[in-house]
Amino acid sequence: MTTTSSIGLDAGAARLVDDVPAGAGWTHLLRAGEILRIVDLEGNQAVDTLFFDAHDYANRYSAVDTLRAQGNAYLTTGSRLLALDGQPLVTIVEDTCGRHDTLGGACSQESNVVRYGEHTRHMHACRQTFLLEALKWGDGLDKRDLTHNVNFFMNVPLTPEGGLTFEDGISAPGKYVQLRADRDTVVMISNCPQLNNPCNGYDPTPVRLIIWTAA
Amino acid sequence: MSEPILDAVLPPAATWSRVCKRGTALTLTDIEGGANVAALLYRADDLRERYCMPDTLKAQHVSRIAAGVALYSDMGRVLASVVSDSVGWHDTITGHTTQAIVDAKWGRASYQEFRNAWQPGARDQLLVELAKHGMDRRDLVANINFFSKVAVGPEGELSFVPGNSAAGDHVTLRFELDTLVLLCSVPHPLDPSPDWRPGAVGLRLEPVAAAADDDAVRVACDENERGFANSEAVLA
Repeated sequence: MTTTSSIGLDAGAARLVDDVPAGAGWTHLLRAGEILRIVDLEGNQAVDTLFFDAHDYANRYSAVDTLRAQGNAYLTTGSRLLALDGQPLVTIVEDTCGRHDTLGGACSQESNVVRYGEHTRHMHACRQTFLLEALKWGDGLDKRDLTHNVNFFMNVPLTPEGGLTFEDGISAPGKYVQLRADRDTVVMISNCPQLNNPCNGYDPTPVRLIIWTAA
Repeated sequence: MSEPILDAVLPPAATWSRVCKRGTALTLTDIEGGANVAALLYRADDLRERYCMPDTLKAQHVSRIAAGVALYSDMGRVLASVVSDSVGWHDTITGHTTQAIVDAKWGRASYQEFRNAWQPGARDQLLVELAKHGMDRRDLVANINFFSKVAVGPEGELSFVPGNSAAGDHVTLRFELDTLVLLCSVPHPLDPSPDWRPGAVGLRLEPVAAAADDDAVRVACDENERGFANSEAVLA
């Protein structure tokens, strides 16, 4: 695993600082060259994130193309998050956590019923947030546009035998991941409300989002 | 064995789609060994509902497709079950080729020069097949690569495993809901073979009984019991 130190950006110079509570959504245009830092304020918080080419929404983040191109199942510093066209939307330029998932997907009411039982059908879930964010953003974004996302700060190890496990987070209070936009990109976040597995340490908490304009 | 509804060969580097109804099973057979079949599944009654790699993996705590695995939609329903499999590992986390990948890896073989022995990427072929059903890039999600294995190392390293499938190896999907199936028989994007060697694949679709209460895939885990119930709940 890789960790890197801060390149010393000053939060006071940011063009935007937003604290997003658990269970809430956030959608923003990140212009080419801009930097987005996602801070896990209290630790062990999964931040479900989708990326869209701002000028062609159907050209969106592709988890499988990203993993294949980098030859590794996890995301960290240096990972280029590719769109369907094979070119990067954003690149992870700093990562004090060390590993992020992109195979576990986003929780939904429907998948919660499968995984945890009927009593979870009406609990809040990431795909509820994503659908609302898509509708609010407009421009025709809807369910078809919601595909396989990144789960920042989530630890989903794969085993050589073909297993997949959800482990306690390896994140901690103040850990962050920093992205540089390689082109104009719409970033859509669901700060995960999941209460039924350890992805949020059973206690979903706020995250801080900071955007710096291009240097 | 019952009389097949379809008994055909998907030639190398070809694309196919068909609605496979609940109560049928589709067997893919790797005729010469080393084939790869990129596959996408959509619920026939609502094409917005589609095979969902992450939901399939996390419901069953697997990172690959094999016998006993249910293939989930993004709406919590089982579209199909792997009821028989002589291979043991089918990749679903590394996608499919684009024309650019094929050209860079195996060289450009255009239709102009090679006619139907050209070397197409899976991306355009799948998009064309999706377009026949009114779909487009927005519907393109993670596919399954039947017959191909991509191993995962201790630090997450991904490596293609040659020879995963031999001549005669097969996998059978039983459909739990009417499902639009798209298949494309082109090499896996991580296949290190210097030669372009797409494989022909036998397709046999036949009637089968619905999953019994003690069906092996249904009872494989509590999650699958609930997934099958979700599928059956929309049949009434």
